[in-house]
Amino acid sequence: MIPAVEFRSVSRHFGAVKAVDKVDLTIEEGSFFAMLGPSGSGKTTCLRLISGFESPTAGEIRIFGEASGAVPPNRRNVNTVFQDYALFPHMNVRDNVAYGLMVKGVGRSARHAKAEEMLALVHLDGFGERKPAQLSGGQRQRVALARALVNEPKVLLLDEPLGALDLKLREAMQDELKSLQQRLGITFVFVTHDQGEALSMADRVAVFADGRVAQVGTPAEIYEQPANRFVADFVGCSNVLPPDQTQRFGGPARWASLRPEAIRLDPGQGGTVRGRVTGLRYLGAATRVVLDCGGHELAAQIPAGAAVPAVGEEVGLGWQVQSLHLMEKE
Amino acid sequence: MRSDRPPFILTAGAIGGLLFLHLPILLIFLYAFTTEEKSYQFPPPGLTTEWFGVAWNRADIWPPLWLSVKVATIASCLALILGTLCAAAMARARFFGRDTISLLVILPIALPGIITGMSLRSAFAVADIPFSMWTIMLGHATFCIVIVYNNAVARFRRLGSSMLEASADLGANAFQTFRFVILPNLGTALLAGGMLAFALSFDEVIVTTFTAGTGNAAKTLPIWMLDELVRPRQRPVTNVVAIVVFMATFLPILAAYYLTSGAEETAGGGK
Amino acid sequence: MMPASSQPTPAREIAERLTALFWKRPGILLALLLAPPLLWLGVVYVGSLIALLWQSFYSIDPFSGVVVREFTLKTYGELLLPQNYDIILRTVTMAAAVTLASAVLAFPIAFYAARFAKGRWKAVFYLGVMLPLWSSYLVKVYAWKLILAKEGIVTWAANGIGAGSLLDAVLSIPVIGGNSLSTSFIGTFTVFVYVWLPYMILPMQASLERVPKSMLEASADLGAGGLRTLWSVTLPLALPGIIAGSIFTFSLTLGDYIIPQIIGNSANFIGMAVYSLQGTAGNIPLAAAFAVIPILIMLVYLAIARRLGAFDAL
Repeated sequence: MIPAVEFRSVSRHFGAVKAVDKVDLTIEEGSFFAMLGPSGSGKTTCLRLISGFESPTAGEIRIFGEASGAVPPNRRNVNTVFQDYALFPHMNVRDNVAYGLMVKGVGRSARHAKAEEMLALVHLDGFGERKPAQLSGGQRQRVALARALVNEPKVLLLDEPLGALDLKLREAMQDELKSLQQRLGITFVFVTHDQGEALSMADRVAVFADGRVAQVGTPAEIYEQPANRFVADFVGCSNVLPPDQTQRFGGPARWASLRPEAIRLDPGQGGTVRGRVTGLRYLGAATRVVLDCGGHELAAQIPAGAAVPAVGEEVGLGWQVQSLHLMEKE
Repeated sequence: MRSDRPPFILTAGAIGGLLFLHLPILLIFLYAFTTEEKSYQFPPPGLTTEWFGVAWNRADIWPPLWLSVKVATIASCLALILGTLCAAAMARARFFGRDTISLLVILPIALPGIITGMSLRSAFAVADIPFSMWTIMLGHATFCIVIVYNNAVARFRRLGSSMLEASADLGANAFQTFRFVILPNLGTALLAGGMLAFALSFDEVIVTTFTAGTGNAAKTLPIWMLDELVRPRQRPVTNVVAIVVFMATFLPILAAYYLTSGAEETAGGGK
Repeated sequence: MMPASSQPTPAREIAERLTALFWKRPGILLALLLAPPLLWLGVVYVGSLIALLWQSFYSIDPFSGVVVREFTLKTYGELLLPQNYDIILRTVTMAAAVTLASAVLAFPIAFYAARFAKGRWKAVFYLGVMLPLWSSYLVKVYAWKLILAKEGIVTWAANGIGAGSLLDAVLSIPVIGGNSLSTSFIGTFTVFVYVWLPYMILPMQASLERVPKSMLEASADLGAGGLRTLWSVTLPLALPGIIAGSIFTFSLTLGDYIIPQIIGNSANFIGMAVYSLQGTAGNIPLAAAFAVIPILIMLVYLAIARRLGAFDAL
């Protein structure tokens, strides 16, 4: 199968700044693909390389097998939901949604009918006459989505689309985006700095660090088998063990990661390693326990309802062997 | 000093200052109705409306009026095009020489009028260009560019880049983006800029005296007024014309203010 | 990648090609946008300025009155003749006096508008300064011709309150007095201040608005009286705006020739000299040399203003 989007050793340098550096990526058709990373890691630049607002300084991007180097943004069958939505303030909602059809020369009644159809898809029936300024943040986001989908793109790019929404709305929109993607079968490429969002929505996740791709995989792979300490740390705050510590914890002399929730605390004398509780953080559904294990700091997480040790108390730590994930490199 | 209540002396100074700025202009209106035509006697010995009719029938007023309207219209149209282009370029990109260009745009209005006027005069002398309506227009368009530019560049900045990208993303080519997104959003700013440019050009006298020559064919309304000031004939008629000139500048300014008052930037801050 | 759904017309085809070109080479679009305004300003304006400088290095043949197109410093030398030197000195003195008076008059308006005017009154103050700024220059000058005339409103009012003799006393002061207000330096000065005052108010108000309210309150808290706060806190903070405004009032006065021509005792100013030299006298080289003087003075002035941080307030 031809991949929807393919990065072949793509770089985008701004002078001395390597925003994107020798990135190879394959995004399968019909997948929900997340680009995850901290700000400045190159994920947004990658998105703009696909839409055509940036051009690679080296390498090649193929969209459905075609080299995109000579295709301007308006000729790419790719549409974007912008971070600030970028709705046209002088047009009403219907004209905003129908814009893509208008510039293609689709007749008035046909494009209005299609626009209403798209508005229904995002549950905004009857909002066509309003101006963007009269809408709430969540509604604007839906208009931006309908507007981007009206051209029936083969790839939909979403640049932190939920960043401006409050928590409750964000969770509702996550579910809605996911079901929309499954219904339409379009490839979604989604940029976010929120690892929870990436893990819960995407089929595949690419973790970006310093303009490079640190790891690509399914959410489970990323979370459970981080390729290096950056991924382990950025995705879910794992405990990262240097080789000497891994040995102390019963593994080979390699870098390893250990999820906080995989650690069991034993108030008695048992456990592979012993540690002293130095801090507690109540998280609601769980409690985070910070421990000092012979000079090395570890975090454990115990579910709500379980007994919580006191600060200063010495406890034993235990885990299952397969929880200690060995990493290829640092 | 208490920050909520101004001291009396400050209030008096502020209101006195505003009155100082506005009262003189009201006198122009009063003197248009006086029955005394040989001097500026106050209070006027009597009031009459006959001067409006006299002014209407004076053959020497109409050609300057039309010339001023023509020059102001052409100059502000040219300034609209040039100022908007320049604003579009300056808002889009950072590039080498940006500061030099913004200085270049402001210079014609920042330097005193006689320098702009005398420079153009020297250039016409060097290049042997005869005076005409076009030499007047050339000067006016030059100092009107900055008015349009100031209005347009603020609006471009507010428009931001993501709206233009959204348009391209949805399939619009550069010209469609200009027509459907840039122009509607720029509209009121350009209208305001154009009106201010018109007002500025319609009223301009210093640069014009250097670029118009001495012929009657190149006499704009302000130059006609200047002649009347130096060699008065029927003084109240001059007042009637002054009212016309005042209105021709006042109304566009008021319109420009209301056109842009909703926006963050307000027209006219940088004459 | 995907063809447009309507059949491409030739015009559309060209538009698409150009779009692709602008995308591939953003510099081309930038150059196309900048070319017309830069050509205009470069050729018409900078070209003219160069022509001005050029002419100022020519001279005029004293016998035939014909311009001698040879490079010489003779014309600049003529500026140092007593009668020309006087003109420069008189103009600069007037510009300085006008600037000072404008600053004093502008301060209450700017301070009130920046600190105390709210809502509706803010708009009133804004329009109240903006409208006189933009309304017809010539009409404003003309209005003062009416006011200052011998038989005009000022004389009438002075006689009305029994101050007629005071007015006569003021007019009899040598140098600044004259036959009537409209033919004296006092008149010229008043009209200059009136016409350029809004240019001083606006930047002053802008910089006063940037003075944090808390800073004034801090000063009052520390026991400083109103005048003391004004003098040692508000004024220094407003200084960049005052200097920015003074750039306008100074430069505009230096270059004006209409006001002293219509209201004044027909003593020469730089602007008047330039105008009459290029016109009736036909001495374009000397007129050009005279016009270079305000440029030089303003360059020095701007350099000082820049060091005092006035450019942020423009």
